[in-house]
Amino acid sequence: MTETLSSIDAWLSQFVHEYLLFTVYSGLKALLILMPLFIVVAYYTLAERKVIGYMQIRKGPNRVGPKGLFQPFADMFKLMFKEIIIPTNSNKYLFIIAPVITFAPAMAAWAVIPFNDTLVFSNINAGLLYILAMTSIGVYGVIIAGWASNSKYALLGAMRSAAQIVAYEIAMGFALVGVLMVGGSLNLGEIVNRQAGGIGHWFFIPLLPLFFVYLISGVAETNRAPFDVAEGESEIVAGFHVEYSGMTFAVFFLAEYANMILIAMLCSLLFFGGWLSPVPDLLGDSIGWLFGKTAVFMLLFLWFRATFPRYRYDQIMRLGWKVLLPVTIFWLAVEGVAVYFKIGPWFV
Amino acid sequence: MIETVIFYVFAVATVVSATAVVTVKNPVHAALFLVLSFFTSAVIWMSLEAEFLAIALVLVYVGAVMVLFIFVVMMLDINVARLREGFVRYLPLGLLVAAIMLGLMLSVVTSDVFVLDAGSEPLPKPADYSNTKALGGVLYTDYVFAFEIAAVILLVAIIAAISLTMRKREKTKYQVPSEQIKVRKADRLRIVKMPSEEKR
Repeated sequence: MTETLSSIDAWLSQFVHEYLLFTVYSGLKALLILMPLFIVVAYYTLAERKVIGYMQIRKGPNRVGPKGLFQPFADMFKLMFKEIIIPTNSNKYLFIIAPVITFAPAMAAWAVIPFNDTLVFSNINAGLLYILAMTSIGVYGVIIAGWASNSKYALLGAMRSAAQIVAYEIAMGFALVGVLMVGGSLNLGEIVNRQAGGIGHWFFIPLLPLFFVYLISGVAETNRAPFDVAEGESEIVAGFHVEYSGMTFAVFFLAEYANMILIAMLCSLLFFGGWLSPVPDLLGDSIGWLFGKTAVFMLLFLWFRATFPRYRYDQIMRLGWKVLLPVTIFWLAVEGVAVYFKIGPWFV
Repeated sequence: MIETVIFYVFAVATVVSATAVVTVKNPVHAALFLVLSFFTSAVIWMSLEAEFLAIALVLVYVGAVMVLFIFVVMMLDINVARLREGFVRYLPLGLLVAAIMLGLMLSVVTSDVFVLDAGSEPLPKPADYSNTKALGGVLYTDYVFAFEIAAVILLVAIIAAISLTMRKREKTKYQVPSEQIKVRKADRLRIVKMPSEEKR
């Protein structure tokens, strides 16, 4: 009797020490990444409205708090207290689960993002592949939302989104193949460290076409203007999330903005040296560089939205399959030659 | 210990979702269950330290193939009642196929190749071991011909699929972007000079 008790006790103490503490510790680390992310997302929405406002010679939101700084909180509380309406004849479980399916991979992708040499939640070898896999799951939220809503507009949005994401994921994957050919690794931290030695060593110089392909397909993958045909408010009202209200809508919104920030951060990590300083002799490497570069790309997303009219659907397909894909394949061949002859300072 | 718990949770999820693929009535639900079973099998592969295969499974099958699959299933107007006809008629054939597959699987599992030594678990690899690198090394050295033959077969399949569906149809309307770009203002717009209306 006492033996069984002591063995249970030993098992429990092992369980608490090894697994429970580890889980709590990892949970806290995840919170340290996700909480700032949510705050950035909240203020990114405000920045979007302000930036587009100024570009269109308006003021943007300026009523809640000084200069409108508390606007995100007002939006958040409004969405929290709104009723969640589930359409009749919709598929209830799938309808509720769709925003979750969009949201979870958008958050999970952040697990492998390195913020500097040591600050990374999970430093896995296949980091780049993991990110591609996670971002490719997000489309299910859009498809399921469109199908489960029992609405023509939503279904049309889901169809457009599915075709678009499959088309651009291929170009995006090929662009990343180029990055790992230069980087010699799938680990994001190693890819950044291979770019050490100032702005001349960053990968955007040998991979300029791939960088543009990645940026364009990143915008398309996040369903942002000018590729926002899945929402297309002028033709199909709000596309896949036309039936969503309150928090369910907010979750879609959160995932979309988190994905935009993720693409911006990946652009700066993979092509612009991440946390590395452009002039290492004068200024040191710091996490500030990463955030600064990310902010520039985040601004680009807003700038695109204020500038470009929406693509027509056939134009989107043409750009993805007939322009971006051949460009990436051609550049991979060029890169193969460069790798073979070890053209420096990148292909050494 | 925790690995065992994770394995059983995801193994049960795999079996349940794989069963649901063939038992649920709604074809879209069936396709979604197939996605789930792919995902849970990826987790099981991950727990076997085959992280490249696991991520490739999610990336290729979950992220691309099944998206197209669901796309098509949603578009089709599938008559479920007609599909359910003739269950009894096809039952003997189905049972025969099932029995053959069961026999094949049993012969594989009980063969000498896959037998596990009692009590010897495969040792976990060190943290710096890269599954991706090991796989690439084997694939591009020992099995390079098999790999390239597979690639060529796939290429042939792609070309065959495209050539089967490519056909010139009369009356198809499509745009030629180069023509659209070449258009100049003078081609479409004629400015007519007119005297302004007189004041009365």
